[in-house]
Amino acid sequence: MADTAVLVAQVPTVEGKVRPGQAALAAHLDALDLPRGGFSRAARQDAAQRLEAMGLPGARDEYWRYTDPAPFNAARPEPLEFAADDATLFTAIDRLHLVFVDGRFDAAASDPLTAEGVEIESLAAADAGDDHWASGLYGRLEAAGQVPVKRPFAALNTLAAADGLLIRVTGQVARPVHITYRRSALDADVHLHHVVKLEEGAELTLLESGVLGARSNVVIEADLARGARLHHLSAKRAKDPKLGLGHIFARVGAEALFKSFTLSVNGAMMRNEAVIDIAGDDAVAHIAAAVLGDGNIGRFHHDDTVFVIHGAERCESRQVFKKVLKNGAEGIFQGKILVKPGAQKTDGYQISQGLLLDEGSQFLAKPELEIYADDVKCSHGSTTGALDETALFYLRSRGVPRERAIVLLVLSFLADALDEIEDTRLREDILGRLEDWLTERAGNPGKA
Amino acid sequence: MLEIKNLHVKLEDEDKQILKGVDLTVPAGEVHAIMGPNGSGKSTLSYVLSGRDGYAVTAGEAALDGQSLLEMEPEQRAAAGLFLAFQYPVEIPGVGNMTFLRTAVNAQRKARGEEELSAAEFLKLIRQKAATLKIDSEMLKRAVNVGFSGGEKKRNEILQMAMLEPSMCILDETDSGLDVDAMRLVADGVNALRRPDRSFLVITHYQRLLDHIRPDVVHIMADGRIVRSGGPELALEVEQNGYGDLLAEVG
Ligand SMILES: Nc1ncnc2c1ncn2[C@@H]1O[C@H](COP(=O)(O)OP(=O)(O)OP(=O)(O)O)[C@@H](O)[C@H]1O
Ligand SMILES: [Mg+2]
Repeated sequence: MADTAVLVAQVPTVEGKVRPGQAALAAHLDALDLPRGGFSRAARQDAAQRLEAMGLPGARDEYWRYTDPAPFNAARPEPLEFAADDATLFTAIDRLHLVFVDGRFDAAASDPLTAEGVEIESLAAADAGDDHWASGLYGRLEAAGQVPVKRPFAALNTLAAADGLLIRVTGQVARPVHITYRRSALDADVHLHHVVKLEEGAELTLLESGVLGARSNVVIEADLARGARLHHLSAKRAKDPKLGLGHIFARVGAEALFKSFTLSVNGAMMRNEAVIDIAGDDAVAHIAAAVLGDGNIGRFHHDDTVFVIHGAERCESRQVFKKVLKNGAEGIFQGKILVKPGAQKTDGYQISQGLLLDEGSQFLAKPELEIYADDVKCSHGSTTGALDETALFYLRSRGVPRERAIVLLVLSFLADALDEIEDTRLREDILGRLEDWLTERAGNPGKA
Repeated sequence: MLEIKNLHVKLEDEDKQILKGVDLTVPAGEVHAIMGPNGSGKSTLSYVLSGRDGYAVTAGEAALDGQSLLEMEPEQRAAAGLFLAFQYPVEIPGVGNMTFLRTAVNAQRKARGEEELSAAEFLKLIRQKAATLKIDSEMLKRAVNVGFSGGEKKRNEILQMAMLEPSMCILDETDSGLDVDAMRLVADGVNALRRPDRSFLVITHYQRLLDHIRPDVVHIMADGRIVRSGGPELALEVEQNGYGDLLAEVG
């Protein structure tokens, strides 16, 4: 076992007693093959110590009130069947295509790692050395995002990530960087850690698609310098049930723009956390998600937990989260906007909505605003509702069959979230995927 | 031809009878008007004919061109030729007017075993029909009825009717909320659609629409029944004297 884990094992008790979170942590770490780390070594050791102090989350943890951490705490994931790879998303777009298999970068299956205006390396390759530009960021944004709420799985990721991408953007990169995730093992427990650094005025579109593993834990740390623009789009494959954790830690500099959109469909137990630190004046940060869950395919539980921090003047933030739930699917949204003292002229907006297609499904939302500046405009709203029966009848009375009418109304419900995808080609691609899935599921209430 | 016999309808969830034995026949090619006090059951009749949930038919029947309507899904009734211009057209944010209409037209064609219209054919057709109703292309691009004025919504209903070419058109107070010029447009739109194999049932409170769309028969509905039927002069009588005398006559 690598020495970071030994370091954890040396301090197993607090006040002489092993807390449940710590016991689970020890078992969890035992099952992992922890990398030693080159340039990331100090960050990994720091993460080990922080993790030791916080332990893994318990069911009574306020921040895990709506999502049971047990399947993520378990030492190993249950082996999980997966369908053959038939990913077609984003394939029609001219892009730099990079492939990970079971959480490891697959150079042979990927495009060459060279493109104008951007340096890309795999974490595993770069971490053989002791010096790297990413050493100032790896685990740093994650550590900064641990206040005021603990995010133990993000610290675990910093400690345990075997691979990922280190992307440094210096120019305006026209071709999107597209990461495709593939599986080959039934029981892969994947920890991936990507670091994305955009220098002043740099621009990048980052796409993610595919399926990671039987269980996955992905961290993205994104640092945007003045005037930089990052568009992030993630669409997880619909075919397989998933058990996944995601964290995005973004630091958004002055006049920079950060936009992230996530599409999640099908049977899944997922928790996505985002910590967006708007640190420079006149910056813009948008985060949006469209979630479609059908509890008949597999247990569906989808939790988005978002924390937007306004620490500068005249910045805009927008959170748009829409969840369509049926057959006992559960959707969670916990979203907070914090406006720090001095962050005047902040424009903060948050909307979370659940569309329940039957009575067995549920959507729970916990929106929060915490404001310490006086000249700000912040609003949040949350709704839960069923399909509008009048609209459904109106469509059907024009001859639109019921199932098709429901698809139209669901897309109508999701429209605000989809509008957050600026690039029309990408939006059309996502929309096509959504329509296919909705049409397929509409006539298919039973098991997939 | 629409044939309604002894139709009794109550609310599904409540013990409230709304239609209490409606008898009404609208032969092919004719225009019939229904007038009647507020709450007499006119909209309920139009909803029940087009298949809206929430109502229970306790007795009677309704058939369109010999096909029994009441067992059909709303979309099947539409494909069979029934169209209802809503008293309150529904706003559907996020669904474009064009997408909506094209989906509807092609779904009906498909249901009838006809070939679907291509995007180009559809566009040509809708541009032409919209122009005669003075609906501009900007309105067509917006979401269904969202941000439309009351009058624009009603004109949009007539546009849908023109595109779908139904054999039985029910217009529920399409004239209410229209200015004089818009009423003319709507009436011209309806008149342009008149054909020997197409019938109209026009629900209205005012004689004025019937000046433009000459009905063959006028029916008076009260308390869930057709209590009188007659020629266009019946509408004039209502306009002048109200319902008081008429209803007193029938008891
Ligand atoms: N879903 C419903 N729930 C409760 N009451 C209803 C419902 N639908 C109809 N009603 C009642 O049935 C009666 C008839 O209503 P309807 O809308 O058919 O009248 P109308 O003749 O169209 O009136 P108006 O001229 O005002 O449009 C009214 O008393 C109305 O309140
Ligand atoms: Mg009415």
